[in-house]
Amino acid sequence: MRHELSLAIGPVSFRVGSAWKGPVDALAGLYADYPAPDDVCDFTVRLEPEKPWRRWLRPSVAIHGDYMLPDAVPLSLAHGLLAAEMGMNLQMALGQKSFLLLHAATVEKDGRALILTGESGAGKSTLSALLGESGWRLMGDEFALLDCATGHLHPFPRAISLKNGAIAVMERVAGEGRFGPVMEDTPKGRIRHLKPRADAIARMREPARPALILFPRFGEARAMRAVGPAEVFVRLTQASTNYVALGARGFDALSGLVAGCPALAIDYPDTETALGLVDELWQGLPE
Amino acid sequence: MAGPRYIADDPANLRAVELDGLVALFHAPSGMTHVVAPPAPQILEALGEGPGDARAILERIRARYDVDDEEAAGAIEARLAELEAAGLVRRA
Repeated sequence: MRHELSLAIGPVSFRVGSAWKGPVDALAGLYADYPAPDDVCDFTVRLEPEKPWRRWLRPSVAIHGDYMLPDAVPLSLAHGLLAAEMGMNLQMALGQKSFLLLHAATVEKDGRALILTGESGAGKSTLSALLGESGWRLMGDEFALLDCATGHLHPFPRAISLKNGAIAVMERVAGEGRFGPVMEDTPKGRIRHLKPRADAIARMREPARPALILFPRFGEARAMRAVGPAEVFVRLTQASTNYVALGARGFDALSGLVAGCPALAIDYPDTETALGLVDELWQGLPE
Repeated sequence: MAGPRYIADDPANLRAVELDGLVALFHAPSGMTHVVAPPAPQILEALGEGPGDARAILERIRARYDVDDEEAAGAIEARLAELEAAGLVRRA
C-alpha cells in the first residue's frame, strides 16, 4: 500500500494500509503516543478506492482486510479516519480468537474492572470516557477482552469515538490537544476522537480482574435493579462478537465471569447522575 | 400405550453451569448454548441412567424430587420435544 502505519493497542496489533495519505496521517496523530508492535501484526486493514478511478474522482473509501463483510458501504474520503477505526473494529469483531470479545466499555480502579455494556446509545462510551478523566483508568470504550485462561480483562484503549452530544461533554473536561479532527455527517452523525489519558496508554498491557457489570440506559429517571445471572449470561452472549466461534472456551470464560461478578441495570437522565450511581455501587462492593 | 423412548446425548458432549435456578448448557457437537429451566436439566439427569419414555423419566424424577405427577407429566413431554429439537436427546 502507498501509505502504511503499524500500531499496538493493548495486546492487539494492526497494520493499516491506505491508498490515501490523509487517513494514515490522522491515525498517526491520534496514536502518536502508542508503542509500535513488537512482532508481526495480528490484523491488517486496507483502505482502498471502491473502484480504481475513485482514488481521485469523488474519492470513496472501501474497507478491506483479512475479514470482510459483504456489501459494506464505502465512506467518503473525508471520513477516512472513521473508515480506519471501523476497519480495525471489524477485524477484531470477526477475527479475534485469543479473547472473548464483549461489546462493552471497561474502566479500572485498584486492579479491579468495571464493565459497562448495553446497546449503542446507552452511553457506555461517554461514561467510560468521563470515568477515565475522574480517577479511573480507561481500559477501553468499545471492546472488553476477556482472557479465557485467566478470566481477567485486557485493556483495548483505542482512541475514544465520541458521537454527537458526547463531543461537547468531553470538550469541557479534556484538553484540545487530545482530540482528533471533527467529522461531520458520517453515517453515525458527528464524530470526534479523543485520545485516552497518558496513563491509560502507558498501562495498556496491564490486565484487571472483573468486579462489577453494569447495563446503563440513558434517558430514563434514576433507577437501578439487580440483574440475575441467567439474564446477564444471555445478554453477554448477545454482546459478544465471537462467543459462538470460541465454542467451549467461550462458554467457560463467560460462565466464569457471570459467576464472579454482581450485575445491575442502571437508568440515568444525565451523566452526573450516572457517575454518582457508579460511585455508590462501587463503594458498596465487597473488597 | 408407551410413548417414544429417548436417549440423552453423551454427557461428555455437554457442559452445564447453574445460573440461579436456570442452567446454561453448552452442547459441543452443535456449538450451541441453551439456557434451560426445570424440568429440562432433571430430564437430562434422569436419562443419564439410560434410555426411557416420558413415564420412565417421571418415575426417575419422582424418586429424587417432590413433584405433582399430572403437571410434571405434561411438562416432561413438552420439554422432551424441545430437547429433541435442540439435539440434546434423541429417539432411542
